[in-house]
Amino acid sequence: MRITQGTFSFLPDLTDDQIIAQVQYCLDHGWAVNIEYTDDPHPRNTYWEMWGIPMFDVPDAAGVMLALADCRKAHGGTNYIRMSAFDNTYGWESLRLSFITDRPASEPGFALDRQERGGRQIGYTTRAYSAMKPEGERYS
Amino acid sequence: MDAIDLKRDFAASGLDAELAQLDRELVGLAPVKQRIREIAALLLVDRARQKLGLSTEPPTLHMSFTGNPGTGKTTVAMRMAGILHKLGYVRRGHLVSVTRDDLVGQYIGHTAPKTKDVLKKAMGGVLFIDEAYYLYRPENERDYGQEAIEILLQVMENQRDDLVVILAGYADRMDTFFSSNPGFRSRIAHHIDFPDYADGELVEIADTILARMGYRLSGPAQIALGDYVARRRTQPHFANARSIRNALDRARLRQAVRLFDRHEGTVSADQLSTIEAEDIRASRVFAAADTATPA
Repeated sequence: MRITQGTFSFLPDLTDDQIIAQVQYCLDHGWAVNIEYTDDPHPRNTYWEMWGIPMFDVPDAAGVMLALADCRKAHGGTNYIRMSAFDNTYGWESLRLSFITDRPASEPGFALDRQERGGRQIGYTTRAYSAMKPEGERYS
Repeated sequence: MDAIDLKRDFAASGLDAELAQLDRELVGLAPVKQRIREIAALLLVDRARQKLGLSTEPPTLHMSFTGNPGTGKTTVAMRMAGILHKLGYVRRGHLVSVTRDDLVGQYIGHTAPKTKDVLKKAMGGVLFIDEAYYLYRPENERDYGQEAIEILLQVMENQRDDLVVILAGYADRMDTFFSSNPGFRSRIAHHIDFPDYADGELVEIADTILARMGYRLSGPAQIALGDYVARRRTQPHFANARSIRNALDRARLRQAVRLFDRHEGTVSADQLSTIEAEDIRASRVFAAADTATPA
């Protein structure tokens, strides 16, 4: 099952040129671009691992792509990688844009667990199939 | 389209103004200006070739600036960023100026992230490495400088259209640096040598500096400054334009003291902005020369 998180996630995966254009858009607005990765695709897993620190003071997308290339070398194919753009202007101080750039080759999807409770109530839980393996072995 | 008007291209690029400004604001440096013109012409021709569908290899524009202290290497590098931007060769046209400290780390594993960080910031612009020969320390084989050099070389080769690297330093030490790092020499297409300024040029530079600060030299002061330059040159640690700038700063101090001590009552705007011969002749340079002659 294809994970849809962040902007553009219902579109086909972005090509490098499209990523460059998006990153440049962020940088031109003065947002700091940040690269994150994870191998736990659960939608409630909000805090992904950071690849380096957010890139303040980088004026051109090529610099960000350099970092993305490094991150791909280390985690590409076995992790989800996303970029987020942080706007530090007063009043915003939060993410303005976030999109997935890389995803594992196969995404096994989620299991739905039902818990029967008293009074015929049913509780629901989703668990990622991939997350049933230990961290680091999930998509290899 | 099968013909391109190079002259019109040149005018449209806004380069004319940039080169004229370079000519106006930088005194002397004829070989440097000549080289900049050549590079500009090459890039324009390349762009025209591209428009007509002729094959173009993106030219290598990494440069090395060699010359004595104070010959304008940093100033020209700053201009170069603007020129390359106007020609559309670098996308942003900003200059990131670094030295060894910004590239080389202090412990194992510190250098690569530091160098990459600088490279990330310089992408789309010009990376200016001042006193580049400090990157390589042959006396210490475990020096981390080598690691920074390797990362730099890799990026210089692979991302030629994202980044222009300019190395600068004193000529003799850069020569040793290049001979021990042949990879650098072969990746740098343009070796530009900055000549020392002539005496007249230095006086002209002084006029420009003073005009920018809102001062001017009186007639006798102009002659005194010419004397000063000739004498200062023979003394140790002469740093061309930088020495002149420092001398002028000291002359301003003396002028301030003179005005303060001698003028009862009011001073005019003219007095406040004129540097007299005595402000310059009070310099240590003249004293040293005078004691040297009798001895």
